[in-house]
Amino acid sequence: MNEKTNGAQARKPYIISMLVEDKFGVLQRISGVFSRRGFNMNTITVGRSEQQGVSRMTITTTGDKRMVEQIIKQLNKLVDVIKVIELEENECVTREIALAKVHVKDYAARNELTNFTNIFRGKIVDVGPNSMMIEITGTSDKIDGFIELLKPFGIKEFVRTGITALSK
Amino acid sequence: MKMSGAKAIVEALKREKAETIFGYPGGVIMPFYDALIGEEGVRHVLTRHEQGAVHAAEGYARASGKVGVCVSTSGPGATNLVTGIADAFMDSIPIVALSGQVVTSLIGNDAFQEADMFGITMPITKHNFKVVNAKDLVPSLKMAFTLAQLGRPGPVHVDLPKDIQTAEVEFDYPDKIVIPTYQPKIEPHPIQVKRAAELLGDAERPVIMAGGGVISSNASRELTKLAEMLMSPVVLTLMGKGAMDERHPLCLGMAGMHGRMSANYVLNNCDAMLAVGCRFDDRITGDLKHFAPEAKIIHIDIDSAEIGKNVGVELPIVADARKALTAIIDALAKVKKRKDSSEWQKRMKELMEACECDYGCNSTPIHPARVIWELNKLMPKNGIITTEVGQNQMWAMHFFKAHTPRHYISSGGLGTMGFGLPAAIGAKAACPDKPVLNVAGDGSLLMVCQEFTTSVEHDLPVTALVMNNNWLGMVKQWQKLFMKGRYSGTKLGKMPDFVKLIDAFGGKGERVERPSEIAEAIKHGLKSGVAYLIDVLIDPEADVLPMVPPGGRVDQMIPSDRCGKISRLVKR
Ligand SMILES: Cc1ncc(C[n+]2csc(CCOP(=O)(O)OP(=O)(O)O)c2C)c(N)n1
Repeated sequence: MNEKTNGAQARKPYIISMLVEDKFGVLQRISGVFSRRGFNMNTITVGRSEQQGVSRMTITTTGDKRMVEQIIKQLNKLVDVIKVIELEENECVTREIALAKVHVKDYAARNELTNFTNIFRGKIVDVGPNSMMIEITGTSDKIDGFIELLKPFGIKEFVRTGITALSK
Repeated sequence: MKMSGAKAIVEALKREKAETIFGYPGGVIMPFYDALIGEEGVRHVLTRHEQGAVHAAEGYARASGKVGVCVSTSGPGATNLVTGIADAFMDSIPIVALSGQVVTSLIGNDAFQEADMFGITMPITKHNFKVVNAKDLVPSLKMAFTLAQLGRPGPVHVDLPKDIQTAEVEFDYPDKIVIPTYQPKIEPHPIQVKRAAELLGDAERPVIMAGGGVISSNASRELTKLAEMLMSPVVLTLMGKGAMDERHPLCLGMAGMHGRMSANYVLNNCDAMLAVGCRFDDRITGDLKHFAPEAKIIHIDIDSAEIGKNVGVELPIVADARKALTAIIDALAKVKKRKDSSEWQKRMKELMEACECDYGCNSTPIHPARVIWELNKLMPKNGIITTEVGQNQMWAMHFFKAHTPRHYISSGGLGTMGFGLPAAIGAKAACPDKPVLNVAGDGSLLMVCQEFTTSVEHDLPVTALVMNNNWLGMVKQWQKLFMKGRYSGTKLGKMPDFVKLIDAFGGKGERVERPSEIAEAIKHGLKSGVAYLIDVLIDPEADVLPMVPPGGRVDQMIPSDRCGKISRLVKR
């Protein structure tokens, strides 16, 4: 492979954190960069930041180093984007929230589920005649692990927010 | 000062010294057109299609270096601008496109002639605005003109709902604004500059590749100076044509798919490449795996995202091209020990000589190279050439020796047929004292021939030099070379009589069938004072050669039958 071509490098997940002006169209501009240039976007979260009129956005993507550099440069060019950085896993705190509606067939199942939830420091947020809804917050790995545990019970529905992150 | 939104737009145009604008009216842009009445400072050129307006604005910008302005109504008028906006985006041309929009209370209701221009132009503009609050109008216009020019230039679109044009606004228009979230890096980093000078000084086989960025940053003089200091060959990209005088003994002309074999040779065999204001488009690099295998690449660009996008580079310099070249020139003067590049210089001279084939072909039907041969002799030094797209463009690119920046205008990145005639009209509006000639294909010209009316009506005389082969020649060539001659959809067949056509538009024209008639016809065109068309019947079987097959290696070009000498030389 010629070193000058954009050859295949190791693909891995990346976290991009950005501050953007809270103007209409800004989300469309950002997602447009991803779709137009063929970058994939795994998750995206947006919310207000500490500054008035400025939102903080966290995007996760999978790719090689060079692709992530391109993404960051292309995003930086957008006029409504104030700042873009890549967050290294060990230099930031990441969190995700999941809600899961789980089937409980009997009393024993209900007990066991409650135990698991406590161990994972989750919360039971709704209880129905034959289901329970659980809220859990944590890193994506933790949530992945928890979801695995829930599977045998029968997951009726679940949703996760995608990662939000802040540098330490 | 308080005034209507429409008046404020006109005032903004005057402040920005947009003395000519190109447009086409309609329902929701009428307040603006009304405000134009009696305005001396802004001349409105009514094109005969919105696509003509936007390409004319591009031609105006490319020829003058100023921002080009075009105007349309909403819906179909605005969507007709799209091709030209995309064209300006690909070639980094500063234009501001204004279009009307339905009243704000109707936006989103699928109102009559509503189109989501904000969404449509977003991926093909540097930035765009949808003005829904009257107080944002004037700041948005100032931002639009600023952004179009700042850093890497590009198109900006402003969507103007009708009620914003009739609302009362405060006209407070600062001369200069600072956009905190858009601050391109203009000055090169001194350490990078020093390293670049060392790397170039240490090269045995240096080459400089110049792109459109050299023209937009007015860096031609610095480019030539640096080349002379290094005694380095210079190759041009299509957008870089005009950045250096092609008659200069260090300039090898255009590289790439239809470039010159000598230019591709030095590009691929150099040990150090200074690429400035270009973006390593696939039409230049061919197969990336075999592109310039031994080169250490220094890449100067004002847009950091261009660096490393297509090829890996040894040394990035994010800066304005002129500032960077100036700094490298200064730094190079301090580099004491320079590698001997005399072998390379000798090689370059040989290549250049071998690449100067005799293209004054005297055969009938006319060989297209002969047409450009005549043009090279007859085009005055201040003459501006525009091209359409296809074979006509590539023959002109390959054979025409451009010399001055902004005098050679072509649709590069998008390759837009129908660009050349309106762009010529725009260039003429910007430079009324210069002769302007459009090298055209018969297919391309027919896409926009209504703009001859614009030329005649607004007294913007241009000459169209039509390479008439009765084919969509470039596509036919690909079918011939790569699809076993299975021609599909490329024969033009029954075409209008172009001489009668120009006559109907109120211009003049003539037909040329023999090589000996070309020169006279060009002379007539250049001094006609009215839209002129020269219908040159060329050999329909002529191909654009040499050629790098799509995805092929730049050092493996399909030669033309005039390439014998240079072919042998580059194989050595
Ligand atoms: C708007 C547009 N449509 C289609 C194409 C594809 N295309 C590229 S070159 C070409 C043929 C151009 O024919 P003509 O203008 O007659 O020029 P020639 O190649 O014969 O010189 C076509 C169809 C294009 N570049 N632009």
